[in-house]
Amino acid sequence: MRVALFLTCVNDTLYPDTGRAVVRLLTRLGVEVDFPPGQTCCGQAHYNTGYRHEAEPLALRYADVFREYDAIVTPSGSCGAMVRELYPRLGARARAEGRGDTLATRLAPVIPKTYELTEFLVDVLGATDVGAYYPHRVTYHPTCHGLRSLGLGDRPRRLLEAVRGLELVELPGADECCGFGGTFAVKNPDVSAAMGVDKVRNAESTGAEVLCAADNACLMHLGGTMARLRVGMRPVHIAEILASTEQEPPR
Amino acid sequence: MSSRDVILGRVRRALADVRDDEPPYERAVRREYQREHGARTAEENVTLLAENLADYRALVHRCTEGELAAKIAELLAERGARTVVVPMGLDAGWLAESAAEQVPDRAEDTPYDLDQVDSVVTGCAVAVAETGTLVLDGGPDQGRRRITLVPDHHICVVRVPEQVVSSVPHALERLDPVRPSTWISGPSATSDIELDRVEGVHGPRTLEVVLVNGRDEPDVLA
Amino acid sequence: MSGMFVGMPAFPKAAHEVVGNQTLRGNLRHATHTIRAKRAKAVDELSDWAELREAGRRIKDHTLRHLDRCLEQLEESVTAAGGTVHWAADADEANRIVVELVRDTGESEVVKVKSMATQEIGLNEALEAEGIRAYETDLAELIVQLGKDRPSHILVPAIHRNRGEIRDIFRSEMGRWGRPAPQGLSDSPAELAEASRLHLREKFLRAKVGISGANFMVAESGTLVVVESEGNGRMCLTLPETLISVVGIEKIVPTWRDLEVFLQTLPRSSTAERMNPYTSTWTGITDGDGPSVFHLVLLDNGRTDALADQVGRQALRCIRCSACLNVCPVYERAGGHAYGSVYPGPIGAILTPQLRGTQSEIDASLPYASSLCGACYEVCPVAIDIPEVLVHLRERVVQGGPVTRAGNKVVLKPAKGHAAERAAMRAAQWAFGHPGVLRTGQRLASRSRRFHPRTLPGPGRAWSASRDLPTVPAEPFRDWWQRGHGGEEAK
Repeated sequence: MRVALFLTCVNDTLYPDTGRAVVRLLTRLGVEVDFPPGQTCCGQAHYNTGYRHEAEPLALRYADVFREYDAIVTPSGSCGAMVRELYPRLGARARAEGRGDTLATRLAPVIPKTYELTEFLVDVLGATDVGAYYPHRVTYHPTCHGLRSLGLGDRPRRLLEAVRGLELVELPGADECCGFGGTFAVKNPDVSAAMGVDKVRNAESTGAEVLCAADNACLMHLGGTMARLRVGMRPVHIAEILASTEQEPPR
Repeated sequence: MSSRDVILGRVRRALADVRDDEPPYERAVRREYQREHGARTAEENVTLLAENLADYRALVHRCTEGELAAKIAELLAERGARTVVVPMGLDAGWLAESAAEQVPDRAEDTPYDLDQVDSVVTGCAVAVAETGTLVLDGGPDQGRRRITLVPDHHICVVRVPEQVVSSVPHALERLDPVRPSTWISGPSATSDIELDRVEGVHGPRTLEVVLVNGRDEPDVLA
Repeated sequence: MSGMFVGMPAFPKAAHEVVGNQTLRGNLRHATHTIRAKRAKAVDELSDWAELREAGRRIKDHTLRHLDRCLEQLEESVTAAGGTVHWAADADEANRIVVELVRDTGESEVVKVKSMATQEIGLNEALEAEGIRAYETDLAELIVQLGKDRPSHILVPAIHRNRGEIRDIFRSEMGRWGRPAPQGLSDSPAELAEASRLHLREKFLRAKVGISGANFMVAESGTLVVVESEGNGRMCLTLPETLISVVGIEKIVPTWRDLEVFLQTLPRSSTAERMNPYTSTWTGITDGDGPSVFHLVLLDNGRTDALADQVGRQALRCIRCSACLNVCPVYERAGGHAYGSVYPGPIGAILTPQLRGTQSEIDASLPYASSLCGACYEVCPVAIDIPEVLVHLRERVVQGGPVTRAGNKVVLKPAKGHAAERAAMRAAQWAFGHPGVLRTGQRLASRSRRFHPRTLPGPGRAWSASRDLPTVPAEPFRDWWQRGHGGEEAK
């Protein structure tokens, strides 16, 4: 099976540790993963801000770069949802605008092959115990696109529960949005910040050391909020927890 | 051009993408939901109706046909009702043992007249177990809609099990849309203060439901 | 829509005030969280919720796709049952029709059941201007009317008020409108409900004209349905001699049987009850029972414009349950007034810009009043994909394009104020189209990282006023990968 990592532009630029963790984790599980360098951005921010036409070339690039692979793994619920939920819509809208089936046809092959990381681990590799060791108290925030668009369900939680040394504590109001929302964070800064503060306070109430999620965009917002509030917790991507072992603890 | 033509013209232009060969209503509306939730016997439906009515603060009583007049008299007396509105077609026997003065349901009475009356006794058209709902459709033993609205105390008699259906779909089947209907689920209530439910606003603040069993076997269900 | 919302500031500005108001935040949080948990429980009771939701969606979609035929059928059945049908293309026409109908009765006051359509058209103000006083009779509407306030929720227009505030309004205002509040009125909800019962009873008993909306209109039978709790609806629908119902054209269902879906999904979605206390159905007029004169005013007021939009038309499925408001994290923190419309919350954010257009500052900002978290879509009992329509309307705001306004096709220009964003989006698209450019940018950011500030000036403050910026790593992932794998440089 030829497996590609779609790291996403945010992770590539700001969170390379998450990318390294995915590579380490998949390699440990016997999966040879490739990082095609032509990859850039799925176009989600463009699409969700109203620039659908600007998102189309980015979607086409994604389709071209990843076409040859059997599976495309991404450590981002929202970018995974962009491909799986919204690429079909890009094609349908182009058709409704009288631009024919070209866009839909070119995007179609990569859509079902795109997996969010925890989906890939649980559904494709059939693994819930990935041999990880992470001796910390952790609370998990299921991000909106992972929860409601992709329907990740209890996959992340099953993976975390199997991590040795990890104490998983329930996050109150877990299914509520953290307030990031892409450009929402800057277009409605007051509401976004208020949602972030509430999420951080809920996380803090669990007594966890680590707030874990499967999307660094949300964690960037929450981490920034934690730093500002001087909360003694840190945001960690689930890939970095799952990649940790006794021999290779997280940095 | 009339506004009717303007609006219908706008609608037709807005629907230019709708093709003539779209599936008709019967095929377009798939009804894969259940006609009722769970299999219950007729008696179990009566029990569920009683539970759900009580859950929304209706006072539920059970008796046999032979005990009904005494039960109604008792409820009116407990309430201290001096007057009671009676629909034209109500079984005269139901109120035979009550001392309350009977006020007929007349078209010429004003709302002010009705506001002076203490209680009302009616039958119903159908009752819905799953939702704890009584439906009145203006039948002879139910009268005009306003008589079960203005007095503050409503006693509604349900013949069980024959008037009880399990679910909303079954209730609608029994009703004629041409007749005005009132669906009653507990006494009047509001959620308008902090989205929390409180009973007792404009409709009758006390709803008493008498489930009357046609066969003279007291309390087989109680 | 109603004049009370003219000149509203954009959503973020209006929300700014609320976010800082702790009382209001507390009221909204308490109310929405109370109902959220109860709704989930009420919905979980029905094992076939998904099928009911799908049937509701299909019934409404089918109706909308054949709305012309449904409207004609409805008109015919209402007329045959003794009612009179009027058609109103916009708010002004609807108000004129109602004012005339009330004048014809010779009355100078009316009692009203809570109705979104009459709020939307500003009927109370139009009646007032003609010397006709309209009394709102729903408890929450009464609180809003007495408090000279604006509604902030579809189901509970006074949700922004807590019990103490309601008691104060009743004490100070009831006397000006009729029977004063009882002496020593406390803030217990039961006592407040009792006060409204006493205050409104005299108005119900003397009313000659009632005005309502409707939750549903059945095309085949001409039956109208009002779903309510307090009994004020029954009062207005049955005691007056004349009943005038103002209803949006999208409220139709084809058959009586269709009610079996909505009478299950609506109460559970709105008040989280198995069934609401009272539902009234009526078909034209009935001899000797209820009003002897019945008028139905069918209202367009932008609905056909929404219908013309193939993505946006799903908003017309809405049955006004308000589940989307109660579950929305943005609504919970911004409150209903920030939406500048009688339709607040997620549904308002997609309905208002379709009914009114996207030209005003507030209307152009509404499609952005969402983090696209999808909770609204998840709870919607007719499966309106609100995030999909929000994004579609964002596109309309920033890119313009063909739309229908008042029945005419027009081409919108992109809204003002998005030029910088548009340039940035296009620049990003170009960079993302050239991985080499992206990589150069990433390396520049990494090399200059020691000089990055913790906060940003100007527009960047929108982020950094409340959140630290992420620290830029020493190198992007792709550089690390290339070193380890000797991969080819991207073109």
